[in-house]
Amino acid sequence: MKAADTAWRHTLAKKPPAVTAPAAPVRLGVRKTYKLFIGGKFPRSESGRTYLVNGDNVALASRKDARDAVVAARAAQPKWAGATAYNRGQVLYRIAEMLESRRDEFAAQGVPVAEVEAAVDRWVWYAGWADKIAQVHGGANPVAGPFFNISAPEPTGVVAVVAPASFLGLVSVIAPAIVTGNTVVVLAAGPQAAVTLAEVIATSDVPGGVVNILTGNAAETAPWLASHDDVNAIDLAGVTDLELATELERAAAGNLKRVLRPGDPENDFTADPGLKPMVALLETKTVWHPKGF
Amino acid sequence: MTATLDLRASLHGLPGVDKVGVEARAAALATRSVKTTAKAAAIDLAIRMVDLTTLEGADTPGKVRALAAKALRPDPADPTCPHVGAVCVYPAMVPYVAEVLAGSGVHLASVATAFPSGQAPLDVKLADTRDAVAAGADEIDMVISRGAFLAGRYDHVFEEIVAVKEACGDAHLKVILETGELATYDNVRRASWLAMLAGADFIKTSTGKVPVAATLPVTLVMLEAVRDFRARTGRQVGVKPAGGIKTTKDAIKYLVMINETVGDDWLDPAWFRFGASSLLNDLLMQRTKLTTGHYAGPDYFTLD
Amino acid sequence: MFEYAPAPESRSVVDIAPSYGLFINGTFEAPGSTGGVFKTVNPATEEVLAEVSAAGSEDVDRAVAAARSAFGPWSALPGAERAKYLFRIARIIQERSRELAVLESLDNGKPIKESRDVDLPLVAAHFFYYAGWADKLEYAGFGASPRPIGVAAQVIPWNFPLLMLAWKIAPALATGNTVVLKPAETTPLTALFFADICRQADLPPGVVNIITGAGETGRTLVEHPGVDKVAFTGSTEVGRQIARSVAGTGKRLTLELGGKAANIVFDDAPIDQAVEGIVNGIFFNQGHVCCAGSRLLVQESAYDEVMESLKRRMATLRLGDPLDKNTDIGAINSAEQLERIRVLTDAGSQEGAERWSPPCELPAQGFWFAPTIFTGVTQAHRIAREEIFGPVLSVLTFRTPAEAIEKANNTPYGLSAGIWSEKGSLILAVADKLRAGVIWANTFNKFDPTSPFGGYKESGYGREGGRHGLEAYLG
Repeated sequence: MKAADTAWRHTLAKKPPAVTAPAAPVRLGVRKTYKLFIGGKFPRSESGRTYLVNGDNVALASRKDARDAVVAARAAQPKWAGATAYNRGQVLYRIAEMLESRRDEFAAQGVPVAEVEAAVDRWVWYAGWADKIAQVHGGANPVAGPFFNISAPEPTGVVAVVAPASFLGLVSVIAPAIVTGNTVVVLAAGPQAAVTLAEVIATSDVPGGVVNILTGNAAETAPWLASHDDVNAIDLAGVTDLELATELERAAAGNLKRVLRPGDPENDFTADPGLKPMVALLETKTVWHPKGF
Repeated sequence: MTATLDLRASLHGLPGVDKVGVEARAAALATRSVKTTAKAAAIDLAIRMVDLTTLEGADTPGKVRALAAKALRPDPADPTCPHVGAVCVYPAMVPYVAEVLAGSGVHLASVATAFPSGQAPLDVKLADTRDAVAAGADEIDMVISRGAFLAGRYDHVFEEIVAVKEACGDAHLKVILETGELATYDNVRRASWLAMLAGADFIKTSTGKVPVAATLPVTLVMLEAVRDFRARTGRQVGVKPAGGIKTTKDAIKYLVMINETVGDDWLDPAWFRFGASSLLNDLLMQRTKLTTGHYAGPDYFTLD
Repeated sequence: MFEYAPAPESRSVVDIAPSYGLFINGTFEAPGSTGGVFKTVNPATEEVLAEVSAAGSEDVDRAVAAARSAFGPWSALPGAERAKYLFRIARIIQERSRELAVLESLDNGKPIKESRDVDLPLVAAHFFYYAGWADKLEYAGFGASPRPIGVAAQVIPWNFPLLMLAWKIAPALATGNTVVLKPAETTPLTALFFADICRQADLPPGVVNIITGAGETGRTLVEHPGVDKVAFTGSTEVGRQIARSVAGTGKRLTLELGGKAANIVFDDAPIDQAVEGIVNGIFFNQGHVCCAGSRLLVQESAYDEVMESLKRRMATLRLGDPLDKNTDIGAINSAEQLERIRVLTDAGSQEGAERWSPPCELPAQGFWFAPTIFTGVTQAHRIAREEIFGPVLSVLTFRTPAEAIEKANNTPYGLSAGIWSEKGSLILAVADKLRAGVIWANTFNKFDPTSPFGGYKESGYGREGGRHGLEAYLG
């Protein structure tokens, strides 16, 4: 019922029927404004710029928006990382629930239903990893001495993400980053779906600042994130221009960011992602303590 | 009651001892290499620090007289060999040793206070002490009541030490902590402070009658205690590891530890002793090796 | 004070040749190469130990080509066979450990008791540990059929020459990669002796290639297009250059870089052991340790006690002949490093920190620096921010756990940290909040082949040691 309404609204918003003399007044749809998602709020670009995507004016993020997003991500990071893994898992599962209920809205934006469903399932998959990754990727080390010694994964910190174009790709780069306690600044490719995902996230108990989504031109904003000294890692999954990728990787060397290089352009996001997307954004902390009385 | 609280607060307010850390430090000091002239000096110092001990049910006047004679002239073949620090015997043997040592400068120590268990009423312990002093002992090695200490009855232990110290008169009081029964380094540190606060002139590790006697890390904790106690109160207290120190190599490890923990002030028989019996002959053999240039054999040294 | 007589370890166990060529494809080439030659000296005496070849770009080409042709057969060997080569190497190292320890002390300047009791046992243990992984990689958690990457270019520093070689070569070989390794310019000798051990072990030619040279050789190697994987340990500045140079090449990269570790002493610490930990933290290996506890953070309520105890302890440190078994502090590795330490310590004095060293006579020949502490240091001082890589400790204070954590994390580095307290919950809470890859609580500078080592932030990325250390060498 609700889904049908949503689909109708979009159809109306996208393709207003040709104006003929109506027999009865047709209700005028309320259109959505596609804004940025920073610190849990939906601001316009500070630059005041928008660009047209399929007839919609979408906020065109500037370097200052990227800067603000990093501030928001940094501010949110310690508390998000400090939340219990169980809690983070619950929050990710809540995202899956919200996404499921809005499947048709994404479909109306042109995301195939199967892809939206795969994205829901991906959130569920990662939700379950929240309280397991430390057991799989960490553990006790049997050192040759009277010491307690344990290695545990910790989030890298603030991660900049140049997202792939597909919706499943977008979810597949955000989820593994945040499930372990990182916060992200995402440069999104498919802007309407990305902003709608931001709305899903904003209504899923995700603390403000954990996910920040910027729409616009990644080639313009990504270099600012790649060279930003308060960003700990950069995922270049969505960079298709190899020259730009090299430039970003070089800029990322400034503060020794962890760099996830662009994947295969044919990257099949439907495949089992394995541990790599999570592990690449984890640090291993090893703690020693003597044993004795 | 208040006193208990104060003692408990003081002893438990001391910095903790990390077992792995203190053992690693002791092991590191034990790797020091002491050779040639340094070794010769260390051997003579160690001989002067020996409390030549016999504490057997089978001790007789003849046996302890022989021991006392050896204490005076450890190496009859070499007049340059120094005498030991003291002879240590049971109270009943004190008179026989006193005859031999009179006027020699070698001290006469006696274990009192129901050695080695300490499980006797206080008046018996005090009588034991007074008798030993009266018979000629100028150093008394007492044992603390480990049971009372482990039960947290610090006042009881404190008061016993105070009473024995008083019974000692002019004799020096060495307080045996029996560290092998105290179980933790934290307890060794607390017992050291308890003994020093109660008036001990020396703190001593062990009776030699329980399976674990002196060790390097226990002695290190005790050296740190006397160092810190002097810094706090101005009073210097001596340290005596006893039991299990059998070789020159062992003895030198202790001297190195003194050297690098508390320094010169304790590198003196007045402030550091080894409670030992077989150690002396090994020191003598090593001393002979250094002077003659060849290895010595046990048949060339007297058996006690 | 009771003086220990000199107790020098015998040099006669080592036979150093007057000159060395490069080790490529299983053979020592004739000395001299396209990059010329250079001398390696004993930093304690400035005596020339040997003349060593500097690999030029053609030499690097040959070394990479040798590693490339060895890669196929080596990676195709059953893991159990690769394991046996590594076990064999571990055993030869154990048998030759005295020789290697003396050589390491001669070339590096580190005290023999450290090369003998720390470096060499860890080197053998590292090969032993990774040997056992070679036939168990499918159980390591990196997929069902993990594959090697190819040819690894490895560039290592001069502070733990043979140990860093072990950290690089053992996991690379266990996983089926082949290597071209460049030891540091000032400490090439133990790597060349290791080449001989590879021969002694009958390791197939080309699996391990050792090329000597300075920074230029390292750059040529790292930038060589025939290389699939780069592993570097050294300064953050060089690490940054390498990260830039591999950008866009697809080469896999791990970096183990600098540090400015906080060693945090709370007022309920086991003080005597904490002081040992402070001393070990900064004076071990002359402070030439990337994870050195170079910033001491002391709770104000324990400051006097800790400082008094620390100064007393420092006065017992014995500086001098690295081959003397009783030496605690050896020589600074090079004139260049000594100059860097001087520049930074001079800056410490000029910026108003108070400098103290125990009475300490420095030998007339060689490169020496007395153990030094600076008190009254603030976060803004250069000596609190820059890695000195020498026996120099900056002392700062704090009042609360939150302040300690904030100060400890207030650095671009994140390699290691120390915590001293007898309160378990405090230790665990602070350890959780410190942004560093290795946290030593109530201990410091402990290493083990099973224990992953590596940094956060500008201290680099990737881990060496343990199961985690395999990841850097698997595709």
